[in-house]
Amino acid sequence: MTRILVTGASGMLGRGVAARLVADGHDVRTLQRRASGVATDVRGSVTDPAAVAEAVHDREAVVHLAAKAAITGPLAEYVEVNVRGTERVLTAAAAAGVRRFVHVSSPSVAHLGTSLAGAGAGPADPDRARGHYARTKAAAELIALAADEPGGMRVVVVRPHVVWGPGDTQLVGRVVDRARSGRLPVLGAGAALIDTTYVDNAVDALVAALHADDSACGEPYVVTNGEPRPVLELLRGICSASGVPTPRRHVPAAAARAVGGLLDLAWARLPLDGEPPLTRFTAEQLSTAHWFDQRRTREALGWTPAVTIEEGLVRLASWTAAERDTRVP
Amino acid sequence: MTVRPTPTVAFSPPRALLDAGGIDPRWSRVVDVPGSPSRSWHLLDNGGTLEAEPVGTLLCVHGNPTWSYLWRRVVAAGARAERPWRVIAVDQLEMGFSERTGQTHRLADRVADLGALTDSLGLQGPVVTVGHDWGGLVSLGWAIDHPDLLVGLVLTNTAVYQPVDEPVPPVLRLAMAPAVRPLGTVTTPAFLETTLAIAHPGLDPVVVDGFRAPYRSAARRDGIGGFVADIPAAADHPSRPELERIARGTAQLEVPALLLWGPRDPVFTARHLRDLRERLPHADVHRFEGAGHLVVEDRDVAGAVLRWLDVRGLGEGADQVPASTVVEAPYRPLGATLTERSDDDSTAIVELGADARRASWRALAARTDELARGLAAYEIAAGDRVALLVPPGVDLTAILYACLRLGAVVVVADAGLGVRGLTRAVRAAEPTVVIGIERALVAARSLRWAPTLISAGPLRPGVRRALGVAASLDDVAALGRSWEEELPWPAPDEDAAILFTSGSTGPAKGVVYTHRRLAAIRDAVGTTYGIGPDSPLVAAFAPFVLLGPALGAPSVSPDMDVTAPGTLTASALAEAVRAIDGAVVFASPAALANAVRTGDGLREADRAALAGVRLFLSAGAPVRPGLLEQAVALMPNAQAHTPYGMTESLLVSDVSLDELRAVGGGNGVCVGRPVAAARLAISALAPDGRAIGAPSTAPGVTGEVLVSAPHVKERYDALWLTQEASARDAGWHRTGDVGHLDAEGRLWIEGRLAHVLATSAGPVTPVGLESLAQSVDGVRAAAVVGVGPAGTQQVVVVVETDEPATVLAEPVLAEAVRDVLRPTRVAAVLVTAALPTDVRHNSKVDRTRVGTWAEKVLAGRRARL
Repeated sequence: MTRILVTGASGMLGRGVAARLVADGHDVRTLQRRASGVATDVRGSVTDPAAVAEAVHDREAVVHLAAKAAITGPLAEYVEVNVRGTERVLTAAAAAGVRRFVHVSSPSVAHLGTSLAGAGAGPADPDRARGHYARTKAAAELIALAADEPGGMRVVVVRPHVVWGPGDTQLVGRVVDRARSGRLPVLGAGAALIDTTYVDNAVDALVAALHADDSACGEPYVVTNGEPRPVLELLRGICSASGVPTPRRHVPAAAARAVGGLLDLAWARLPLDGEPPLTRFTAEQLSTAHWFDQRRTREALGWTPAVTIEEGLVRLASWTAAERDTRVP
Repeated sequence: MTVRPTPTVAFSPPRALLDAGGIDPRWSRVVDVPGSPSRSWHLLDNGGTLEAEPVGTLLCVHGNPTWSYLWRRVVAAGARAERPWRVIAVDQLEMGFSERTGQTHRLADRVADLGALTDSLGLQGPVVTVGHDWGGLVSLGWAIDHPDLLVGLVLTNTAVYQPVDEPVPPVLRLAMAPAVRPLGTVTTPAFLETTLAIAHPGLDPVVVDGFRAPYRSAARRDGIGGFVADIPAAADHPSRPELERIARGTAQLEVPALLLWGPRDPVFTARHLRDLRERLPHADVHRFEGAGHLVVEDRDVAGAVLRWLDVRGLGEGADQVPASTVVEAPYRPLGATLTERSDDDSTAIVELGADARRASWRALAARTDELARGLAAYEIAAGDRVALLVPPGVDLTAILYACLRLGAVVVVADAGLGVRGLTRAVRAAEPTVVIGIERALVAARSLRWAPTLISAGPLRPGVRRALGVAASLDDVAALGRSWEEELPWPAPDEDAAILFTSGSTGPAKGVVYTHRRLAAIRDAVGTTYGIGPDSPLVAAFAPFVLLGPALGAPSVSPDMDVTAPGTLTASALAEAVRAIDGAVVFASPAALANAVRTGDGLREADRAALAGVRLFLSAGAPVRPGLLEQAVALMPNAQAHTPYGMTESLLVSDVSLDELRAVGGGNGVCVGRPVAAARLAISALAPDGRAIGAPSTAPGVTGEVLVSAPHVKERYDALWLTQEASARDAGWHRTGDVGHLDAEGRLWIEGRLAHVLATSAGPVTPVGLESLAQSVDGVRAAAVVGVGPAGTQQVVVVVETDEPATVLAEPVLAEAVRDVLRPTRVAAVLVTAALPTDVRHNSKVDRTRVGTWAEKVLAGRRARL
């Protein structure tokens, strides 16, 4: 049994990690603003030094997921949560005697907008990554890697790519919402190959990072299912598993990127609510290939994905059906 | 008016320039050579940085207007950990960063200057000289003067001799014109810029800057003009005696030599390469097709040089290379039958169609003998290359056997290569003579295929004059009848023929067969299929048409266009069988398919004739078992066989339809067991898809297919590196195909080595998966290709369907393809209306093109297939 802190345990992935660690018999504490419902909570934010100190007290290991992951918002908020927050948790953890720190990052920290085919985990680039989220996560990753201390607290950086599954509000939630209202376009031919990660595999990978050999520390690892698919095929799969109409409208990819760019500007300059219907970042993500070389990741973490995309879609479909049943009075 | 520049001593190039060129700054040295007056040289020398004792020294001499920068990759490659070579690349005086003396340097001065430098360096043997352009000449001068140190020489695009009666190439003639030279070479950097602009592919701007660096001002370019002025084109030029000394001395050099050549060179042309090969007949030659004058920049010359040094065992402590083993089988010349049956009046060959002809053995033997003597009378000698562009028939058979009798090397190019491919192939083989029909001669003259043309048939007088045709075959034969001298048979291990690969993976390669190896092809075919005087042969597939006379079998080609196999009709086939009581039929799958399609129109007599066929072979491309079944229906008493082979080994293995029926499906296409005298082995694939395993006959292991047989090619023509790679396992030829042997010793072909997918789960071969994909409803054809970097490639299936709506397969089709290919994981299923196929066979899918397209589409880009 290990005493572990999981930050950001209210999201799908964080909750999944906390629940798995509890099930494995560990002493699990969580830190986030809302209740996690799976472990002992410290309610608070990584922006609050007192909450952070309380959370890391007596812990042996930390899985740090807490982040501001929205698509839009002022830069200052991203910096405060993603950069300063990470710095705060790292410093407190080292001071509290934590031995293993798993920092959850994102492949977008090294993605400069070009097509990636079979790419490795390139270096995080806070200056050239696309958008506030990716840039601040890039800065955070560099801080986390710098905190890796042989003989002291060892840091492993894991970058799960497009995590999805039952209860996912990020990818599945957005796709389903837009498909339901007929606002889900296909960019270009929809053939760009995209890697994704079924949530249970991402959970496994983060748990594996907690136990990985010291030789794996101090390096970032991209985690995916290792089954890239054409983006349209993925969207169709998610829509059909979620019982919503599959996308039909094709929009030229270049046009979508241009419109995304304009909407980015509009949302930045005007007092508009919610998320823009399309951002340039999203348009790029959906119209260029990004899939990764998983050999080094699997070897270093001693992990392989257990759930295929096909099986993941089956699980999503049965979850959707169960949800529908519970909503029926 | 020329202003002589102020003398400046040598100096090292700026650090940034060295770094940008990947040059270790420690290699850049300035050396003062004492003398009166003393001279200062700049050179690149890796000697001080080697981690082990060098096995020898490469002395590299650049030409005009480059500098030692040209050799930077050789200098780097020499500094390897095992068996390193010290590499010294000099900047000649007045050039690069060496001293500007203000003096004129003649060729003899340059050779002496270089000797003074190596003396002052205390250079000891063994030394291999390396030269480019006019530096080749200087390096040869040094080589001739230092026989005690010299162990080998490498030359790249250079010449030792400029005959005074032949014009210098137009580009240089312009630069040499007294009025133009200072302007073109010194005042403006035009000569330098032209040289840099003709690289193939174009040079990186960083490299261009590297070459320009020492020649920024007119004063620093003076040496370029001086060099051009020293080209001894005229008989009374002051450098002429030294040129002639070097030209004579080169022919006396017996050390191993390597000629690396870029054929797209306006200055040093095929003529200069031929001259070098005549002076150094033992030289290994590699023509880098597509490369030009700056071949050292265009291709990996450094890798080639080191490979060659290792293979030839140069340098201290090297293992001596054993002489290649000669196949010791009893030798009977390919054309022996013709001599033996020269008074036999039975039918040897029948030609059908509008000009139907029948020739007896006696007539064929006489014609062959007359032509051989006639060619000798026309001073075509043993070893001369003769390109034959004549359709199959009596004429082609007679001239082919005449050349073999004489010892002239026949160059047999296939019109299927297209005019561009054919031109490239024929010119690479450098024939002295082209013998062809009118259409071929027109192309031969306008595209400069050979200096001498001979027509296969009579020509209209105007055409003959316009094309400058020297003679017709009838003229040659007439002359031969009165030519009485002894005609010796060529030795068995002399070159006999050059055939060409299909060119589906890069330019067509010339494949050389010796007389012994050609004879072995005859024996392999004869033994494997029991073909001899009692088995008249109907050949609707070009290469085998020519084997009939060698096997002693009467032969006939059906009335069809041999360059378009799909034109063979069932009744034309029956007519041919009837003409000679044919027992054996050779045809390509395309020809068979058309014969099957037109089978309904057969008359009773035709059917009866076809019933007499005992064996038919489908050769030249993979064949569907279904087609063989249909062909058997046409020839009900025939055994159906399909041989597997390639230009480099025309017959590797064979399988019968009966056996194909019995084995059923498997991973790939079953091509049966090795033919008589052939052995098979597999070189297993590494995870990254390279074939690295030692030759093995273990069943079930996928790897590159290796064949060993007395009838395998002798070598590739002027492709030393390609030959080395294909023959790197002693006694074996690497076919470039991948497959495996089964427990019964049958070979299964799984695709081309170049098309193997290197996935994270290991290598994946395409053919077996493609046939599975083709079993899905609505899929006409399929190509399996990889996208992404080697080692982590993803499997993509591209299927041909009717009227695809988008590039991405509809969900139902994608699922069906994924299901049938399990457990192989498929990243994407794409659709197209037509998969591209390769030019010559029209049946092999061009997977390289499909792969490039899939890569773009799946990156989210637009692309056309």
